Amino acid sequence: MNTRKALYQFGYRRCPDQDRPSPAHHPVVVVGAGPVGLCTAIDLAQRGVPVALLDDADRIGEGSRGICYAKRTLEILDRLGVAQACLAKGVTWKVGKVFQRHDLLYAFDLLPEDGHKMPAFINLQQYYLEHALVERAAELPNLELRWRNKVSGLTRRNDGVTLSIETPEGPYDLDADWVVAADGARSGLRGILGLAFQGEVFEDRFLIADVKMQGDFPTERWFWFDPPFHEGRSALLHKQPDDVWRIDLQLGPDADAKAEQSPERVLPRLRQMLGHDDFSLEWVSVYTFQCRRLERFVHGRVVFAGDSAHQVSPFGARGANSGIQDAENLAWKLALVLKGEAPERLIDTYDLERSAAADENIGHSTRSTDFIAPRSAQELRFRNAALALARHTPFAKRMVNSGRLSMPSTYESPLSTPDQDVWAGSARLGAPLPDAPMRDRHGRQVWLLEALGDRETVLHVPNGAPPPPGPRTLVVGEDLIDENGLFAQRFDSRPGSTYLVRPDQHLAARWRHPHASAIESASRRLHGREEGHA
Amino acid sequence: MTALLTESRFPDPDRAYRALIEAHRGLSDEESAALNSHLVLILANHIGDQAVLQEAIALAKQSMAQPEAVSG
Repeated sequence: MNTRKALYQFGYRRCPDQDRPSPAHHPVVVVGAGPVGLCTAIDLAQRGVPVALLDDADRIGEGSRGICYAKRTLEILDRLGVAQACLAKGVTWKVGKVFQRHDLLYAFDLLPEDGHKMPAFINLQQYYLEHALVERAAELPNLELRWRNKVSGLTRRNDGVTLSIETPEGPYDLDADWVVAADGARSGLRGILGLAFQGEVFEDRFLIADVKMQGDFPTERWFWFDPPFHEGRSALLHKQPDDVWRIDLQLGPDADAKAEQSPERVLPRLRQMLGHDDFSLEWVSVYTFQCRRLERFVHGRVVFAGDSAHQVSPFGARGANSGIQDAENLAWKLALVLKGEAPERLIDTYDLERSAAADENIGHSTRSTDFIAPRSAQELRFRNAALALARHTPFAKRMVNSGRLSMPSTYESPLSTPDQDVWAGSARLGAPLPDAPMRDRHGRQVWLLEALGDRETVLHVPNGAPPPPGPRTLVVGEDLIDENGLFAQRFDSRPGSTYLVRPDQHLAARWRHPHASAIESASRRLHGREEGHA
Repeated sequence: MTALLTESRFPDPDRAYRALIEAHRGLSDEESAALNSHLVLILANHIGDQAVLQEAIALAKQSMAQPEAVSG
């Protein structure tokens, strides 16, 4: 059961670089064709940067990997051209329920308002996401995906990196201005550079099972503390496409990983949980987990992204989601630096912004794990007290933690221009813009985030004065019509309100009444050109 | 119950919970019980209101009275 089936097989192909007398030069080489490497490569290619993407394997396999993709990730995937495929296949959900014993303790709704293009979450087997990304990558002429290209060595130079690569037909070398190491939790590049990967190791063991069955459970995330079918532990049930259900059972620190994976042990457990045995097993494994990170994500011209840079527990779906957000943060910055439109130190803000995001994710994931898997009798007493009090008081309900699900980070960043004015609404400086339904000049429906795309943009609400100059200005009321007022509400906009949006759709600056010079200066700051930053 | 506040008051309850967990890390069970006793006295004095204290005691006993969660 635990031999990974290859679901999609790709061929190794010899590339011209292997026949050159001296190493070919590439602006960017991305190592690792998982979701993070693929997103980085596609984003760069869409921004006009040629990319070579290397992977040591030649297939996408099954396995118990990421299944939950959050709204912000879907917005990024939409910009990269794969969200529709993912939505069509995925299971859309937004409600989570937390049970203790037989009883519902509380339910939460992750997206209680309408007027967003993307749902709160979809569940989708990681191989479907990877497959959609590989297909998208194949459409981009300046993106070259090389299977069975394994990086075996790395030499750092001041202005780049030389990679030694092994293939079925022997080794070759490549020169790159920048290398993105998206090669996963067991990153080979991290090993080659000898970088420490430190943090907290959790002792509790968990059983993960993907079960195929016709179930009439709703498409919600159900989490049990101390369920009647698995006493004293926790359990999770979540729907995936193809009638597959993800089940996660806490086993405790002393569980025998090998024995627990055997069908004789697994099947009765699942039978007890599901109340029948009309199911088949797609996947079973026992895992422990760690929360750890690299101290720095940028090492000269080698930049780490995703699991190679930081690892979290699975509670909260913060692994793949944060990795894809790393990819998006890095891609526009690398593209600007490579085109000479920003100084190299802009890349330092990737380290700064995404390190803070990693700390946030690790913090949430650690605190969830503390609650789900208490380590001592006292921790268990606190946990059980919170659960018991949750039936009586709102405060304890808020402490019950079955995983805080992935939300995008708000960057406290030198790239942001601090607010001078007072703002309400849900838009926040440093955060991704809230989406809103709009119409374009021709009356066609368009989502705000679609209209923004991947370019730095000034959004301006007219007040009679000429719209501010800039490489790209969208005037609300002309270029974009705020038909039902959701933009005004979410951005607290009035005549004159003006917003500078980053190429990753985060808010960089806003003014009630801007001067052209203020916008110019905020844009310089966004490009890492303002003095005294970072 | 009127004097005792039971709505959520920490801006980030997860951090408050974690602070308690961390305070107990590395302690024996007996030391943990002692730490909790010290904490209760300190916090009770901080509240400084006999009626609130009585309500809190009553709520704690009430929530303990329900079928006990299985430990393990």
